[in-house]
Amino acid sequence: MIETKGLRKSFRSRQGREKKSVDAVRGVDLVVAEGEIFGFLGPNGAGKTTTLRMLATLIEPDGGEANIAGVDLRTNPGEVRRRIGYVAQGGSTWDESTAREELVLHARMYGLSKAEAQQRAVRALAAFQLTEYADRKCKTYSGGQRRRVDIALGIIHEPKIVFLDEPTTGLDPQSRAHMWDEIRRLRAEGMTVFITTHYLDEADALCDRIAIMDHGEVVAEGTPAELKREISGDVVLVAIEGSAPEAAGKVLETEPYVTRLEATDDGGLRLYVNDGARDMPQILRALDAAGITLSSIELHRPSLDDVFLTKTGRSLRES
Amino acid sequence: MKFARDTWLIFQRQFLLLVRQPVWLFVGIFQPVMYLLLFAPLLKPALQASSNAEAYRIFVPGLLVLLAIFGGLFQGFGLIAELRAGVIERSRVTPVSRLALLLGRSLRDVVSLIAQAIIITLLALAFGLSVFIGDLLLAYLMLALIALMTSALSYGIALVVKSEDALAPLMNTIAQPVLLLSGILLPLNFAPGWLQGIADWNPFSWAVDGARALFAGDLGNDAVWQGLSVMAVITALAVVWAAREFARSVR
Ligand SMILES: Nc1ncnc2c1ncn2[C@@H]1O[C@H](COP(=O)(O)OP(=O)(O)OP(=O)(O)O)[C@@H](O)[C@H]1O
Ligand SMILES: [Mg+2]
Repeated sequence: MIETKGLRKSFRSRQGREKKSVDAVRGVDLVVAEGEIFGFLGPNGAGKTTTLRMLATLIEPDGGEANIAGVDLRTNPGEVRRRIGYVAQGGSTWDESTAREELVLHARMYGLSKAEAQQRAVRALAAFQLTEYADRKCKTYSGGQRRRVDIALGIIHEPKIVFLDEPTTGLDPQSRAHMWDEIRRLRAEGMTVFITTHYLDEADALCDRIAIMDHGEVVAEGTPAELKREISGDVVLVAIEGSAPEAAGKVLETEPYVTRLEATDDGGLRLYVNDGARDMPQILRALDAAGITLSSIELHRPSLDDVFLTKTGRSLRES
Repeated sequence: MKFARDTWLIFQRQFLLLVRQPVWLFVGIFQPVMYLLLFAPLLKPALQASSNAEAYRIFVPGLLVLLAIFGGLFQGFGLIAELRAGVIERSRVTPVSRLALLLGRSLRDVVSLIAQAIIITLLALAFGLSVFIGDLLLAYLMLALIALMTSALSYGIALVVKSEDALAPLMNTIAQPVLLLSGILLPLNFAPGWLQGIADWNPFSWAVDGARALFAGDLGNDAVWQGLSVMAVITALAVVWAAREFARSVR
């Protein structure tokens, strides 16, 4: 449904006197299949929005190619627009309009007749539980209600693909769960959904496939399960009583079953091992022999954060 | 066809939002009425006009041109608010005509300006102004061109600078010399030659001369067709340029 090759974009920006060039996206290759929820996971400034804006015809790529729903992005952006919906990160509604007015106008901008647009608006309002507020000005909506209007606008013309830029940022847990259901419903209706997020749990639970993005590049791509499986073994988190983790690190470094070892922010250690259940007693024994006392030890299956960490050397949680 | 429909769509939306804010209507009419009531009486002796009617015949067209220029030039602020709200970006992902995004907005500005002009004309008529309907309609055409031009320019510049902080001083800088050198409030007949020479380079001074000739009932005066042509050409250029900015603007 979407295929990109070497998509690039850099921005020139001015910092005081100096002119600087920011390589926001540096060569993105992606394949998104029809009918899937594809997630773009990455920290702030990774280039997610820039990539989406290129695919949605809002900015022109500096290089590379993209084919969207069978149409070439560079040569035929007008046709691409007809087939996609796009919901911006920062919202898209006007304070003084009502949700119904916004929906009808937006549908009509896609060429629908007035009657058809009004019908679609009624349906979209119901689907997103907005009927009750439909004729109130947007400035009176809560953040979550307003976000739902944004999403409804993005799909009012029933596009083949919809791009949702951080659809759940700023929503409370309940509204987020609702939004996930709504996004799954879009998939059930046959739409291809491309979302960006920096929530690990969202990428994990909602997306069929994800691409992890950092510094303008895709560093990993696959289903959440595949990506996690790539990190073979388990993760053991160790917190040490009193002393700094260096001493414990020295001891465990030389143990043969530890494949990788890192200090965590809160003064503990993160160990990657092949088989947590078997190796944990050995870790305890080794530390005990060295006279180091633990305050806690936990065993984890690897998370997407561990994937991000092994690919970039940083944790997504802290960035 | 699609273009006309799109323009109408955008125009309807913008117009609805405008009339929903009655405060604009009030401000837009209150100010010119004050000019008419308080400033015009000073003018009769200054213009050495023989009657009130003659003073209004010189003053009213200038006032209307002034309103058209300013009414248009400050429309960009509304667009920056729309940019910030994401409304423009939302429009730009749809296949809607980019020229319609501009024209729908500018035509709203033209319509509100003409409404304002009609009210002022009616008031001035009550004070003793007299003008032929045909001449008046041509003068309104001139005003419509001016409002279309200045609002398109303002929208285009707003899309380039993207911030109120930059737009405000820019618009003031443009408006000031335009205003001083067009003979809008007072004709430049009595100005020294060098000042008149500069004013010849100010397109709006052509527009004012044309409008004054029309209000004087002097349809055959060269100033009429010259003023209209100068305005038409510059308006076309402004519209083409601003529509391009709508097509290309980033964020
Ligand atoms: N119009 C612009 N001009 C200059 N720099 C820009 C522009 N847009 C984006 N950038 C820069 O490009 C980089 C990528 O930005 P982008 O918005 O794509 O990140 P993101 O992954 O969406 O981040 P976030 O999670 O914060 O939304 C950033 O360094 C940003 O500062
Ligand atoms: Mg973003």
